[in-house]
Amino acid sequence: MGTLLIMIVFGLFFAAIFTGGYNNTLIQRARKTTAWDWLTSVDHKKIGVMYFMAGIFYFVVGGLEALFMRYQLLVPGNDAFVGRTFNELLTMHGTTMIFFAAMPLIFGLINVVMPLQIGARDVAFPFLNSLGFWLFFFGALLTNMGWIFGGAPDAGWTSYVQLALNEYSPGPGVDYYVLGLQIAGAGTTMSGINFLVTILNMRTKGMSLLRMPMFTWTSLITSVLIIFAMPPLTIALLLLMMDRLFGANFFDHVMGGSAVLWEHLFWIFGHPEVYIVVLPAFGIMSDIFSTFSKKKLFGYNSMVFATSLIGFLGFMVWVHHMFTVGLGPVSNSIFAIATMLIAIPTGIKVFNWLFTMWGGELTFPVAMKWAIGFIPTFVIGGMTGIMLAAPPADFQYQDSYFVVAHFHYVLIGGTVFALLAGAYYWWPKMFGKMLSERLGNWHFWLFFIGFHLTFFPQHFLGLFGMPRRVFTYEPNVGLEYINQVSTFGAILMGIGTIIFAWNMIQSFRSKKIAAADPWDGRSLEWATETPVPFYNFAQLPEVRGVDAFWLEKQAGNKQMTPAEPLGKIHMPSGSHIPFLMSIALFVGGWGLIARSWQIGVMGLLAFGVTMFMRSFDRDHGFYVKPKELLDKEAKS
Amino acid sequence: MSRKGLWRILAVLALAMLVLAGCDSSKILPSDALNVLDPKGTAGEKSLDLIYFSIAIMLVVFAIVMAIFIYVLVKFRKREGVTLDRSKYKDHNTVLEIIWTVLPIAALVALAIPTVKYTFDLAEVPKGDDVLVVEVVGHQYWWEFKYPKQGFKTAQELHIPVGKKVHFKITGTDVLHAFWVPALGGKMDVIPGRVNELTLDAKKAGLYHGKCAELCGASHALMDFKVVAEEQADFDKWIAKMSAPPAPVVTAKEKQGEEIFNSSCIKCHAGMDPKREGPDLTKFGNRQSIAGILKYDEKNLKAWLKDPKSIKPGTKMEKFDFLNDQELDALTQYLMNRK
Repeated sequence: MGTLLIMIVFGLFFAAIFTGGYNNTLIQRARKTTAWDWLTSVDHKKIGVMYFMAGIFYFVVGGLEALFMRYQLLVPGNDAFVGRTFNELLTMHGTTMIFFAAMPLIFGLINVVMPLQIGARDVAFPFLNSLGFWLFFFGALLTNMGWIFGGAPDAGWTSYVQLALNEYSPGPGVDYYVLGLQIAGAGTTMSGINFLVTILNMRTKGMSLLRMPMFTWTSLITSVLIIFAMPPLTIALLLLMMDRLFGANFFDHVMGGSAVLWEHLFWIFGHPEVYIVVLPAFGIMSDIFSTFSKKKLFGYNSMVFATSLIGFLGFMVWVHHMFTVGLGPVSNSIFAIATMLIAIPTGIKVFNWLFTMWGGELTFPVAMKWAIGFIPTFVIGGMTGIMLAAPPADFQYQDSYFVVAHFHYVLIGGTVFALLAGAYYWWPKMFGKMLSERLGNWHFWLFFIGFHLTFFPQHFLGLFGMPRRVFTYEPNVGLEYINQVSTFGAILMGIGTIIFAWNMIQSFRSKKIAAADPWDGRSLEWATETPVPFYNFAQLPEVRGVDAFWLEKQAGNKQMTPAEPLGKIHMPSGSHIPFLMSIALFVGGWGLIARSWQIGVMGLLAFGVTMFMRSFDRDHGFYVKPKELLDKEAKS
Repeated sequence: MSRKGLWRILAVLALAMLVLAGCDSSKILPSDALNVLDPKGTAGEKSLDLIYFSIAIMLVVFAIVMAIFIYVLVKFRKREGVTLDRSKYKDHNTVLEIIWTVLPIAALVALAIPTVKYTFDLAEVPKGDDVLVVEVVGHQYWWEFKYPKQGFKTAQELHIPVGKKVHFKITGTDVLHAFWVPALGGKMDVIPGRVNELTLDAKKAGLYHGKCAELCGASHALMDFKVVAEEQADFDKWIAKMSAPPAPVVTAKEKQGEEIFNSSCIKCHAGMDPKREGPDLTKFGNRQSIAGILKYDEKNLKAWLKDPKSIKPGTKMEKFDFLNDQELDALTQYLMNRK
């Protein structure tokens, strides 16, 4: 009861601050700060940048966790991180890298680039965009709170039951995973809906679906995947929450529950998730290959077709994560063949990239180097993927280091390489500055070589009998040196990442504004000014074909032809409500984790109140007048 | 080239690397005890056939992709002062696109046929009197092996006769595990509330290492077991030894040990508390390892009794540090004489 009273007093206190009833000058002063500007922004570019920087932060966190694990595995019998601690590291490494690094980095790029590429002034639902970001942000924060308060999740990023149930994972660890991911997952679903509607509804004149840049296409398919893949995860997490918090028995076999049910639900989400993070990577690569080959993307229509087919087939293959569950040869065979089918559209993509370069005029800035490094790396990952698709062989690979090697080839060689390529490529549009090519080269080569040294030998660790997720291994069975090479490679990747961080810092400190079109680009984002004005385009451009900006440049025009006369522009105004809503869920979630029902319910109530505030918020946005646009033009 | 031949070439290459580096070969060459690439049983051989077959197909694909890749990178680099005739290069080519759609389909069909065949082969349940049935129960963090026909059970140590099909019925009591003997064949998950089946055999006598392959808690990495594949005669002897009544307790020290055992250990180690089930210790004297991971000797047994959690984090076994040296001596003697 005492807690409740204190919470109510705090709640009233904050309400007073935010409504200005307590101290009006404080809130007025806060409104003028840069922090307030970012906190309440609904500008897709600012939200994109926040997604991106949060993603980089968690990429470093996840990377440190990986380095700790590689340190533990340097010699057999090492005792630096053993038992539960090691399980926490491996769980949080996986969870962080997938949900809090790869996804936000992708959402960051989609947010910044996609509206520019389709010639829109913002996303369809700017408020929802902001809410999606803050939900992700606080969900990620909540999940990581376990490190400080009561122990991090330790049942693997797959969180298989029964290990994830109270009986076998006592303490709040897995609760952080369950609640944190539910909050972050809600944000992800919203973003998926938002991107889908934006791409379908907000395209500028002439930008038909089959004229969209490939990155926008892959964002579209990814949004569809998100909308269909997140619900199974949400349900799985909800059931697990019921089991852990409220004593339900969905997964307890003693009470008639089923562990296999969790595996199905998780992988019905989990496999499409792989394509959620890899399809945008394909899009980034397509744009980059085309730009630095000075050629239109080869087989554009078949690329669109292949992307859609991968998205569709991605939902048909989840059982290949469960070949050893004992579902029988019939279902194993069916899912094996479905899995192999994915190789066909993926193969189409690889050949299309190669033939985009064929006959081109190739230049190799750092962004293109990542794309070039991506091809052999990703092809190796894809090939081990097909090898894994054969159940009789998979019986040996399953849950061994071979699998670890495979999915790092796909997720780093595919997604991370592409995200880094995208970072170097779109950096000038995101931040208005350039990244250093010299440091970028160091970054690329250290990371690329380090990556292959880390993960190629791991194929052999698996074949020599080393299971995954182990904190130690037997001496004298051929595993020592390979593990040491792997750890050495991980250190190189770490150094590469430090150089990247230094590169970013140098870029932020530099005063030099980047050119509007530094790469001689092909799509609409390069037709905007740098830094991009908050309304993106003073006049929305008219699109006359694929590679719209390139076509105009070939026709001798310096700029896009406007599709509208100069007029007033309607823009959404910022809002602090998404931030409040997310804090409410954060507090509520944490209350549930601490088994403090009062705080849990208070958080949910506060969430309801903020939703109510939003519903009755009479805000119709604001207009930018043509005069302001002209003044700005005159100044530049 | 035969599978063996390929493997030898790899081994020779690895050895050459070692000679150059002057290193300890046991730290880089895989051991016979758990090498997927040098299987000692039918199931493992089938898996390996498919592994090599798929690698072969993939290497062809990889070679084609890399050939085009390198050619493109060399040929179409931007050169100062050279302008290519762009009109030759189109942005799509239906014939090419059909080729690189159809060829992978053909390769995948070639792979899919043996895949499906082997999937069904491996799922086949062997019939007849000549099949040894073993029930496997996975526990956090130890393995229980029951021989239902022979009427006894062991822990951490599985004995099988060479050349005979062994049919495993696999289940669990707490969380998921996976039963894996890399040198004999593929793995099967341990799922509480379900019975999974797996058939393995050993073609060569030897000591093989078994692993738990599914994350099962703090000591997942230490949930090892040993598979002793022995000739039929030796196996029969072992069966006889295991089914015989336990050796009589003679010396006073052993009697004291028995008393300690009956007053404390027996609660978990004789199935009296279903929540805290420990391995059966009736024939502990025949074991080759302690807790599945330590060498079988008195020193290790004492260390284990004194502080099991420091050796296997999260094990349910309690500390027996309240025993004085003399009592500990008696208990170890008693245990090691239970043959």
